[in-house]
Amino acid sequence: MKLEIGKIVIRDIQFSDITKIDQGILHINKEEMIAELSTDMRIKSIDLDIAKPGEDVRIIPVKDVIEPRVKVAGSGGIFPGMISPVDTVGSGRTHALKGMAVVTTGRIVGFQEGIIDMSGEGARYTPFSKLINLVITCEPIDKIDAHEHEEAVRMIGLKAATWLGMLGKDLEPDELLTYETKPLLEQVAQYPELPKVVYVYMLQSQGLLHDTYVYGVDVKKIIPSIIYPTEVFDGAILSGNCVSACDKNPTYVHQNHPIIEDLYALHGKEYNFLGVVITNENVYLADKKRSSDMTAKLVEFMGADAVIISEEGFGNPDADLVMNCNKISAKGIMTVLMTDEYAGQDGASQSLADSTPAGDAVVTGGNANQLIVLKPMKKVIGHPEAAHKIAGGHQGSLREDGSIEAEIQLITGSTSEVGFHNLSAKGY
Amino acid sequence: MIKIVHYINQFYGGIGGEEFAGYKPEVREGFVGPGLGLNSLIKDQAEIVATVICGDTFFNENMDQAKSEIITMIKKYNPDIFVAGPAFNAGRYGVACGAICQAVKNELKIPVLTAMYPENPGVEMFVKDAYILETTNSAAGMRKALPALGKFLKKLINNETIGRPEEEGYIPRGIRVNYFAEKRGSSRAVDLLVKKLHNEEFTTEFPMPLFDNVEPHNPVENITQAKIAIVTSGGIVPKGNPDHIESSSASKYGKYDITGVDDLTAETYETAHGGYDPTYANQDSDRVIPVDVLRNMVKEGKIGSLHNYFYSTTGNGTAVADAKKWGAEIAKELVADGVNAVILTST
Repeated sequence: MKLEIGKIVIRDIQFSDITKIDQGILHINKEEMIAELSTDMRIKSIDLDIAKPGEDVRIIPVKDVIEPRVKVAGSGGIFPGMISPVDTVGSGRTHALKGMAVVTTGRIVGFQEGIIDMSGEGARYTPFSKLINLVITCEPIDKIDAHEHEEAVRMIGLKAATWLGMLGKDLEPDELLTYETKPLLEQVAQYPELPKVVYVYMLQSQGLLHDTYVYGVDVKKIIPSIIYPTEVFDGAILSGNCVSACDKNPTYVHQNHPIIEDLYALHGKEYNFLGVVITNENVYLADKKRSSDMTAKLVEFMGADAVIISEEGFGNPDADLVMNCNKISAKGIMTVLMTDEYAGQDGASQSLADSTPAGDAVVTGGNANQLIVLKPMKKVIGHPEAAHKIAGGHQGSLREDGSIEAEIQLITGSTSEVGFHNLSAKGY
Repeated sequence: MIKIVHYINQFYGGIGGEEFAGYKPEVREGFVGPGLGLNSLIKDQAEIVATVICGDTFFNENMDQAKSEIITMIKKYNPDIFVAGPAFNAGRYGVACGAICQAVKNELKIPVLTAMYPENPGVEMFVKDAYILETTNSAAGMRKALPALGKFLKKLINNETIGRPEEEGYIPRGIRVNYFAEKRGSSRAVDLLVKKLHNEEFTTEFPMPLFDNVEPHNPVENITQAKIAIVTSGGIVPKGNPDHIESSSASKYGKYDITGVDDLTAETYETAHGGYDPTYANQDSDRVIPVDVLRNMVKEGKIGSLHNYFYSTTGNGTAVADAKKWGAEIAKELVADGVNAVILTST
């Protein structure tokens, strides 16, 4: 499977009369876009805002971050099984609007949505402060249950990104990258002398509101399977997910998967990157056993010498990480694990809920319990009082002057477990 | 001039050996024993103003009394820094050094420092409470231990940032501190993978801990007579979450009276937990803590009684150290209340 990604750099976003991309500037007709998105009876109102890097702006509570993309050539469309019809994606050509994202906000759904600060100390902790964000504020009707609310907002975000992505379809990209993974036996034959590497991609599936979708299927319901790495670049995997903001993978991170990108960087030089095994993090023990058995079996079946395994979320999924590590190690396959830590606000507590001596090579996204004070902002998009409730905050987190004292757990993407950000931790 | 108080045992205080280990705490002006060498290393900036001497056995057998007496002695000198030892591999001396450092740090809020051999039991007990410099296992290492202490003291005196254990010579405390790495995490993971593949030396960013496992108890013998209590990390609280237990990283637990409550309803109870979908717990909190079923079992004579209080916190992201502390507190109360068995529910 071979995919070209054409990057169309967006240098600014402005509201104007006509929706178009001109000279790297994304012009949006606000009324037109709101009308386009206002098709869900469950949503009472939709508003659009633009938040730029360095501005005195806070977005809270952030539900998802999405990159506008469009299929230019090859089968299928973006977000197959969710927005586009079910069809295999990951080959041909895709255009992406770079330097920007769609960010969804509005009344809080659960406890697990995040904060993006566009300036100040908080901005350092979120990779999304570096993007020009088109923020969609979706307010639901009064009587709506949490699942319906989550779904409605998720779909509006995906729709918006798809709609904007279409604008890049006929444009000449600023940069064109090519990624290729061949069918397994051919891929093995291409670099016979190099060690073979597989990426084990653990997807959050702890329950309702903790969901991830692959080709439209709730990941709770899959047994682990093999995908081509390029499929994720077309939105085959997306977030419907409300675990803590710091270490869940927003859809943007799936689309720009850092491990897959970085594994491709040395593919054919240091190792032979064979592909991706996706697995879930269900809460029942039988599911954990089945999925980790299956994951280890698939990795062995592919002939891997080494794997990178990344976790999504924390606590309960630590057990899945450890089971995957133990079972894959037991087959004589090397592992590198990726997680983050919950070591307490003083950093002195135990970081994970489960552990294994086989996990001797671990990359950490840092301690999510670290306290931070986020400065008051001139403009807040969304609902600042959500800070009292969001995981990582506490009653009193939002202070009278508008500043927020909380754990970095509530900052979107701060301790990314797929290594989308630079934060880490050291022992002292 | 920075003022330092030093703690040593009866042996280094020149009182005597094991036969004097019951020696009660005593304070002397200025330095004593190893304090002489230590003082000479820092004398341009600081001074050992007093030395506390205490027998190892006395300290260990009367720890609370010893600590409080010694704190009173130290307070009088209003020190800026407190140093204990070095204790090398002397077990009771190491524990005393660690314990007194912990007490001084907590009560006087000043920097504390000690030194001992990594296998000294004082290390495991107090490594998170004080910087413990690594020494050899016997007093023969004094020649090296004192300059190390002197060097570290200078850092404390000058309020310098303390670096990582391997840079500064202290035993790793297991305290995790965040920093921004040069490369993003995914790129660091690929680097680690390549090193492993090449059989090169690599350093994990997070050394996986060894866990202590709790052996399950034997089954309750007289279950039909037993008083059962409920403790949960599933976050069930009276509606409105009166104690404001956090949705994640809880800083507290709640204790709630269920006298006369036969059934938890959507109107009366809910969950504060932010780590799972609360819909079903909020509809009927008995799904997380089965009060209704247990009440029936009491009526049917299957269990003796249900304890009138349940304890609750949210388990997600909550520091294990806090959970351990609360567990111990809750267990103490439950035992005092005559509870025979506990149902622990998570989510």
